[in-house]
Amino acid sequence: MTGAEIFVRSLIEEHVDVVFGYPGGAVIGIYDALHDISDIKHILTRHEQGAVHAAEGYAKASGKCGVALVTSGPGATNTVTGIADAYMDSVPIVVFTGQVALKLIGNDAFQEADIVGITRPVTKHNYLVRDVNELAATIKEAFYVATTGRPGPVLVDLPKDVMAMKTVFSYPKSVKMRSYIPHAEGNQKQLDKAVALIAKAKRPVLYVGGGTILANAAEELTAFARKTNIPVTTTLHGLGAFPETDELSMGMLGMHGTWYSNTAVNYCDLLIAVGARFDDRVTGRTDAFAPEAKKIHIDIDPSNISKNVKVDVPIVGDVKKVLQQLLPQVTALDTKDWRQTIRTWKEEHPLRYRNGKYIRMQHVIRAVSDATGGNAVMVSDVGQHQMWMAQFFRYVHPRTHLTSGGLGTMGFSLPASMGAAFARRDMPVISMSGDGGFQMNLQELATIREHNVPVKIIILNNGYLGMVRQWQELFWRKRYSHVEMFGPDYVKLAEAYGIPGLRATETHEVEGVVQQMLATQGPVLVEFKTVKEDNVYPMIPAGQTYHEIIDIPNDSSAPQTGEQESDLELVTIAKG
Amino acid sequence: MATAAETPADQAVHKHTISVLLENKFGALNRVAGMFSAKGYNLESITVGPTEDATVSRMTLVTKGDDAIIEQIIKQLNKLIDTLKVVDLTYESFMERELALIKIATTAENRPEIMQIVEIFQGKIIDISHKTLTVEATGSGQKVDAIIKMLKPFHIKEIARTGRVALKREFVGEV
Ligand SMILES: Cc1cc2nc3c(=O)[nH]c(=O)nc-3n(C[C@H](O)[C@H](O)[C@H](O)COP(=O)(O)OP(=O)(O)OC[C@H]3O[C@@H](n4cnc5c(N)ncnc54)[C@H](O)[C@@H]3O)c2cc1C
Ligand SMILES: Cc1ncc(C[n+]2csc(CCOP(=O)(O)OP(=O)(O)O)c2C)c(N)n1
Ligand SMILES: [Mg+2]
Repeated sequence: MTGAEIFVRSLIEEHVDVVFGYPGGAVIGIYDALHDISDIKHILTRHEQGAVHAAEGYAKASGKCGVALVTSGPGATNTVTGIADAYMDSVPIVVFTGQVALKLIGNDAFQEADIVGITRPVTKHNYLVRDVNELAATIKEAFYVATTGRPGPVLVDLPKDVMAMKTVFSYPKSVKMRSYIPHAEGNQKQLDKAVALIAKAKRPVLYVGGGTILANAAEELTAFARKTNIPVTTTLHGLGAFPETDELSMGMLGMHGTWYSNTAVNYCDLLIAVGARFDDRVTGRTDAFAPEAKKIHIDIDPSNISKNVKVDVPIVGDVKKVLQQLLPQVTALDTKDWRQTIRTWKEEHPLRYRNGKYIRMQHVIRAVSDATGGNAVMVSDVGQHQMWMAQFFRYVHPRTHLTSGGLGTMGFSLPASMGAAFARRDMPVISMSGDGGFQMNLQELATIREHNVPVKIIILNNGYLGMVRQWQELFWRKRYSHVEMFGPDYVKLAEAYGIPGLRATETHEVEGVVQQMLATQGPVLVEFKTVKEDNVYPMIPAGQTYHEIIDIPNDSSAPQTGEQESDLELVTIAKG
Repeated sequence: MATAAETPADQAVHKHTISVLLENKFGALNRVAGMFSAKGYNLESITVGPTEDATVSRMTLVTKGDDAIIEQIIKQLNKLIDTLKVVDLTYESFMERELALIKIATTAENRPEIMQIVEIFQGKIIDISHKTLTVEATGSGQKVDAIIKMLKPFHIKEIARTGRVALKREFVGEV
């Protein structure tokens, strides 16, 4: 078998059902081997960045490994943003890149790029295959490394001549690496310490992160919170790990988290971090984060423990396994007073916005949340709409909120939603982007049309790079520098791609258009023209502490031209 | 600025010698060196070479940092997929050696004095010409520093140092 045939057979052995890719000279042999294969669907994206985000969306929505295949040189370098994104957010993907022939490597050969060197700092691991006899084992190892322990992207560079060489195909049954052995179980001594701390806590908080979802441990976490009566706040990546309909839920914490979750964290006496990495968007100034609390940290990556914030009880292990170990050892806590205090905070400082004639992004998001009952895979982009999606959608299932959090990659949503739609047919997949981010990867509309991928594409169009505009307004004396932005006629654009387009410009149309969108078979694009200037609150300015929190001002969502102050209607929601 | 006396013990910056065993694979040195530069850690010296097992390389690193930074460095080294074992030798009894080649411009007049210094340090003269003399010095980093310091007043033309290699000491008791 040739290397190219071995490659294809190996993917089948890994049960890969879809590959997002883009051909070129260095992988033409691989594409030839793919030609007659029906077990693997190959989706030709319109840009390699789109292929990698699609693989990420597939992985995040399904929990399986995403796969991308691209050519050497520019094909490979176009994947770097997606790979860095997957690295920051611990997304299991394997990216295969073509490479020039072994003997040409280092010669500035046509379409040569040292992609192994370029991606070393943004991959969990990467490989250059130098011998066809090592190909199958390398592919096996790549999938193993990507999906075990703390997941992450792995890149495999495939020189053209290696893929043409022949050898006998034999796919390893298992992987044994003496240098990489992830540990799932928590150390009993640490577990005992944790149990003792939990039993004593009066004002405990569970701080739940993306690791809980990566570990498929939403069920265990929910059981743990309910058994112990401990209120739950999640990070941006933890949304969906705990149902936001439960009274213990406090929604998201951090820079744009709810007022009450940040307040609870500030006053809690025990903070249990579950697969969360104390990111600076969450902690603000680290020495003032949860200052009164003892801290327990469950994380599979030892290097994330006590990296930003020193913890009292580190538990290295898989969230699912560790929670299973802890569950029988914990008992119900009397947190009635603490929960009552939190309930009061929720009533006094709910999430809120003022509705008027013109559309507020918050309103669209709430309408989609209500219309779907949380039964939708929401794929956000980066910016103000992303934060409002975290706040105003009520998440009830894991893997229903996909976003680029660590790298904050604009242009993520559209291709990622396409990937998610290949993984999930049980719920609608809804992409929401700002006008800025949408224009970064809109080429994938063609891919979506070609394969009739049933994504519902929402553009929340404020005509601004809204998040940057907000910072310029608040911290740079309202000097708006290069943030106002022209965009195309999105409805016509959709139609040009053969996708039905809808538009709403006033609030009273929102619910109807959302219904129409959800009722449409196949892909559909909806533009909501929203108010131009509105700010995301609450906000803890970067690097500051809880005490600098700015709650949602009563005069936010200011009246627009054509609206009266008195016409504005205050809408409040509280998570949990 | 905090004086040494005010700095809490765990925030004091110390020099550490760390020994790493790695799979002997293509690019392993790059992964380690890249990690140090990406994270902004200090790297005073790094040496790498084969071991008794052909599939394993040993890397010896000399770095500086407070306790938290050293802890992160060790965790990050362990996190690299090819890493087999990381040992911070600093808290153990260990042997270390470094080798330096020192080329000095000489004259007939100062040559004897130089040779005397070399002898005191148990160095070797490994090359000699009318105008130069090259010394091989081995020993702990401190010893190599010391001989270089002694030779400084003469005209040192070039120095090549290997960086440190180290192994844990098995002998227990006074040396
Ligand atoms: C504009 C913008 C604003 C933002 N504002 C906020 C904000 O207000 N609040 C907020 O929370 N975030 C915010 N973010 C996101 C933020 O930057 C981080 O991406 C996010 O907080 C990290 O989430 P996490 O701690 O859950 O970690 P993740 O990045 O999801 O990492 C997962 C953690 O779990 C561990 N892990 C993985 N698998 C397992 C397993 N099986 N078992 C155990 N542990 C495991 C990993 O080692 C890691 O520590 C914002 C992002 C953007 C772009
Ligand atoms: C690729 C990339 N470039 C730049 C940024 C910086 N950035 C963060 S949010 C933002 C504005 C996003 O604007 P838009 O997509 O319209 O969303 P809005 O904030 O208006 O909802 C920018 C430019 C980024 N996150 N990603
Ligand atoms: Mg915008």
